[in-house]
Amino acid sequence: MMIAGIDIAQLVAMLMVASTPILLAATGELVAEKAGVLNLGVEGMMIMGAIGGFAGAVVTGSPALGFAAGAMAGAGMALLFAFLTQVLLSNQVATGLALTLFGLGLSALLGQSYQGIKPPATEKLTFGPLTDLPVLGPVLFNHDWVVYLSLALVAGVGLFLSRSRAGLILRAVGESHDAAHALGYPVVAVRVAALAFGGALAGLGGAYLSLVRVPQWAEGMTAGAGWIALAIVVFASWKPGRVLIGAYLFGGVTVLQLRLQAAGFAIPVQLLSMAPYLITIAVLVIISARHRRGAQVAPASLGRVFHASR
Amino acid sequence: MKRRSFLTSTTLAAAALGLGLPAMAQEPLKVGFIYVGPVGDMGWSYQHDQGRKAIEEAYGDKVVTSYVESVPEGPDAERVLTQMALEGNKLIFATSFGFMDSVMNVAAKFPDVKFEHATGYKRADNVATYDARFYEGRAVQGTIAGRMTKSNKIGYIGSFPIPEVVQGINSAFIHARKVNPAVEMKVVWAYTWFDPAKEADAAAALIAEGVDVVLQHTDSTAPQAKAKEAGIYSFGQASDMEAFAPAPRISSIIDNWAPYYVERVGLMLDGKWASSATWGGIGAGEVQIGEISEAVPAEVKAEAEALRDAIAKGDYHPFTGPLNKQDGSVWLAEGEVADDATLSGLNFYVEGITAELPK
Repeated sequence: MMIAGIDIAQLVAMLMVASTPILLAATGELVAEKAGVLNLGVEGMMIMGAIGGFAGAVVTGSPALGFAAGAMAGAGMALLFAFLTQVLLSNQVATGLALTLFGLGLSALLGQSYQGIKPPATEKLTFGPLTDLPVLGPVLFNHDWVVYLSLALVAGVGLFLSRSRAGLILRAVGESHDAAHALGYPVVAVRVAALAFGGALAGLGGAYLSLVRVPQWAEGMTAGAGWIALAIVVFASWKPGRVLIGAYLFGGVTVLQLRLQAAGFAIPVQLLSMAPYLITIAVLVIISARHRRGAQVAPASLGRVFHASR
Repeated sequence: MKRRSFLTSTTLAAAALGLGLPAMAQEPLKVGFIYVGPVGDMGWSYQHDQGRKAIEEAYGDKVVTSYVESVPEGPDAERVLTQMALEGNKLIFATSFGFMDSVMNVAAKFPDVKFEHATGYKRADNVATYDARFYEGRAVQGTIAGRMTKSNKIGYIGSFPIPEVVQGINSAFIHARKVNPAVEMKVVWAYTWFDPAKEADAAAALIAEGVDVVLQHTDSTAPQAKAKEAGIYSFGQASDMEAFAPAPRISSIIDNWAPYYVERVGLMLDGKWASSATWGGIGAGEVQIGEISEAVPAEVKAEAEALRDAIAKGDYHPFTGPLNKQDGSVWLAEGEVADDATLSGLNFYVEGITAELPK
């Protein structure tokens, strides 16, 4: 299917690849924020996942082990954050910013010997005749497994939060940690688990960047992707389905504007690049307008310090 | 702080200052650098940092250098430059076009501090500019690209539509057309100097458009990685990027700032520094052509090297008429050579490029 000389199926396929890192990171951050913790260190966790995943894949020669290493690196960073904010009760905003700076620096140090190396290729899955289908084939049935994993994770997180008892407890902790505590739920343990899950997903997203999307290690290669993931969570008003839309929109705009340029269209790049952020601001305005009528969208305890003695 | 200790410490500080004054002449010259990307970008900022190391090597104890990397162009740059000036740096190199206004603002506040701004055009008594004629290297790359392309489509990843980048696009296109009249140029602006993911996406977009040789004017090696994946050719940018040789990287433009930096710091040490505008090219050694790899046929390699040598000797200027502007109007008549003033403000494409230059 061609529109204005651009193969739409190919464009959508590129869009999915470009959006997967921010989709993974945003899904992870959503879970952490649903549990009431604002972790601004997504960028730091992603970049640690990028170098961890890259190093893991290069050392073992297996992309799958690389992704596992990336997820662990991200989770490790998140556990550091959890220790500082949940055990030592430090300020979440400041600690999150520090985590980002720490991750950027540490990854640059660890990555010194990995510059200019090619990682082992992550194979695309093939679905036999399905892959050869026109339009649907390249869009749905010709990706690497991480893309499918990211989609499955969005669905899984959605079901977990809305349909499972554990998800209900997690949301209760995020809405009112005092009430959850009074009911006997382990607030700190739930938050640490949510943070670790969020960190693992951010790390996975970072590893996808260094193993598939670029694919190589470069210092500071996340270049703000973590911040975009944070914006997407707000854009999605803390709903997993909308995170998917948000991530594909943010990723899609980038790919679309580059593709239009390559095809020779003179387009106002600045306007297109601005669009997702404008929409995010609009969403925030709509949220706060609704908020006045009583419907709260953000988890009520988001960013607040919990101390059991209070 | 208690009043007594405050008095003691200020007295001590004043005494230290007073005592320190006669010793100032022996103090090492502090030289600061600000980079737009990380020194590990293996491209632009990496090469500037090599220049910084050359200064340390050349002058040893007489200088102390420091740098701040990944400084965004804008208000942050002004803050970092001010900080550097306050820390006692007497010569500060600002190594990106977008630092220009920040440099001018800070330089006005610190008349005793000398500034060197790369690729800019605004100068003052304490602000010098320096640039390299990258377009000379682009001419060589364009020649190779025009010979190597099978699809007759060459891709160019631009950073920002500024004269330095527009020169490169024009130069590469003119010389690709010269050896291959069927060649087309596809341009994508990334609007960033360093964002590996975006640069990779830009390369992927060009590859989807059928491009089989890609040139880049951004700082990371991400487009090289994408080119390798797609089995097309690319050129190293700013640094040799030899990790990707012999293919996809078939040659490169290397920015060699070391001789200039060493010379300027030397002038500073001798007290002879003065504001100037330096624009060296292949001949002066500021622009080097990286090894043309064995993926390139011998006769193409010889042709490219002949062009390189002609430019180095000054026998040939990459912008020699007849050349028309994109709209078909005459830019340079037969045999006419573009003057530096026009080039340093170049804001149009030459005839034959179909893309529109963003304003």
